[in-house]
Amino acid sequence: MTHASGEASMEGRPKSRTENRLLHGLMRSPGGVVGLILVVLVASAAVFAPWIATHDPGQADFFAARTPPAWHPEGSLEHLLGTDQLGQDLFSRIVYGARVSLLVGVFGALSAVTLGVTLGLLAGWFEGWVDRIVSGFANLLLSIPYLVLVIVVATVLGRSLVNVILLFGITSSPVFIRFARGEVLRMKRLAFVEAAQALGATPVWVVPRHLLPNLAGPLATLATFEISAMIFYEAGLGFLGLSVPPEVPSWGNMLSLGRRFLTTHPWMAVFPGLAIAVTTLGINLLGDWLRDAIDPRARERG
Amino acid sequence: MLSYVASKLLESLALIVGVLVLVFFLVRLTGDPVALMVPKDAPQEQRETFARMMGLDQPLPVQFAQYLADVARGDLGDSLRQRRPTLDIIRERLWPTVQLALGALAFAMTIAIPLGLAAGLNPDGWIDRIARTVGLAGQTIPNYWLGMLLIVFFAVELRWLPAFGRDTAASLVLPAVSLGFAGLGQLVRLTRSTVLDVRRSDYLRTARSKGVHATGLAWRHVLPNVAVPLISVLGIQFTYLLGGSVYIESVFAWPGLGTLLEGAIRDTDFPLVQAITVFIAFIAISVHLLTDLLYGWVDPRLRVA
Repeated sequence: MTHASGEASMEGRPKSRTENRLLHGLMRSPGGVVGLILVVLVASAAVFAPWIATHDPGQADFFAARTPPAWHPEGSLEHLLGTDQLGQDLFSRIVYGARVSLLVGVFGALSAVTLGVTLGLLAGWFEGWVDRIVSGFANLLLSIPYLVLVIVVATVLGRSLVNVILLFGITSSPVFIRFARGEVLRMKRLAFVEAAQALGATPVWVVPRHLLPNLAGPLATLATFEISAMIFYEAGLGFLGLSVPPEVPSWGNMLSLGRRFLTTHPWMAVFPGLAIAVTTLGINLLGDWLRDAIDPRARERG
Repeated sequence: MLSYVASKLLESLALIVGVLVLVFFLVRLTGDPVALMVPKDAPQEQRETFARMMGLDQPLPVQFAQYLADVARGDLGDSLRQRRPTLDIIRERLWPTVQLALGALAFAMTIAIPLGLAAGLNPDGWIDRIARTVGLAGQTIPNYWLGMLLIVFFAVELRWLPAFGRDTAASLVLPAVSLGFAGLGQLVRLTRSTVLDVRRSDYLRTARSKGVHATGLAWRHVLPNVAVPLISVLGIQFTYLLGGSVYIESVFAWPGLGTLLEGAIRDTDFPLVQAITVFIAFIAISVHLLTDLLYGWVDPRLRVA
């Protein structure tokens, strides 16, 4: 990803080429296909949750409490993956839980990209004191171990979906700040940008027309991996009791409940964890394929 | 080299001051730090007494100056719950966390480096396939979930290893494996890709063309060049492990800094939360500084930048 798409965007039709290359890559990559299937599966669970779930996720049934999964001798087909200690259906809660994970992952990554790219572009374009402030902010956030930073900010913000999204948007922005800043610094000195400037183009014209299209590919890859990281960390926060409110069906909240019955009723923690693992696997495979499609040299490096 | 060391030292100092500012204002961000620490139904006069006791009734700049002066004297404040210096509490919990992080790092390195080397020297072989699977698994299996699976399997079903606590040497095994697994995946990927890069380099082609034997190539030319990028990753890994240990300590009831932080949050013991954050950031910045210096010493080209 440097010159090829640089030329493409100068020709004014970078899209068709990129799409061709992406499709071509997908057909050659079995991992990408598996990733796509997994992601579509999880996304459909989130979107069509009311039709897929067999029960109301918040409905307690004390007579059916702690039912094992259906294939267990004491299990029943009524509850495919069993129930928790309140008798809530685990399968239905996992299906609804996909909503929280994907909302946090997608909107968290979008906020991080928006905040990070804006700050990074400013820092790279203006350099000087703007750069020092922005880079200082990024280095500061990166200097505290990520999980500790996330936990402390979560504690201060409190438990709500919007706050959790905001939290990940801010704490993950340094990745995008560094990337956008470095790319702008590099591209500012390339011929096509200098040419545009020589013709009298202002930053307001050059940045969205010439710089952003060149950043789109690698940004999409970075953001994909960031989504899977956020899903992992959000569930971990839920597990510690620091994410969305406890009554909301989310994978992290289910883990937090399930861990208390780990030695006696392990399925209560095993299935939500499996959902997280499958989702992050799908997103990572998709991300690997996206990265290889955009930068073929990365393929061999794995 | 001297100016390189000086500039790195200054950078670290600036970061530490930055962390102090960040942590100080984060707690006051909500506008009412008293509300974070005192139960909602506490009477008004108790809130005021508490605010006066903690110095929270002072203007912000005065509070901040007081905080900086305390930190400079090595005083990170007193715990609300335990009513003694937070630094003493942290010191008691430090070793178990370091022990866990070192255990995880040792587990990750002993498996990842040979596996990554073997995979990189023989790409697309069956070892390479295993290495790639391990790399992907480390990236996608959440460490807290892995910890729970290991408890169910090795502690509950097989009864081979203890599930909770830190009573015997065997207690370290399951937490260290769960914590180290993600790092293992990352290290395998890195070692493998570095070997591949080195194998494509010009100096290796020269060595091969002048007739150096394959084993000689691997030991004399590939290995030393793989070691350099590993140093910086090990530094990053260590601080990552310090953070990641919060989840793992919680799963295994490991009495370290992670469970201390979790408990401090549950008790809304903010001075302790603040102190742990500053302390862990301080360790992370120091480790980062050390790897930077080590890196500059190994690779002279970096001293210029």
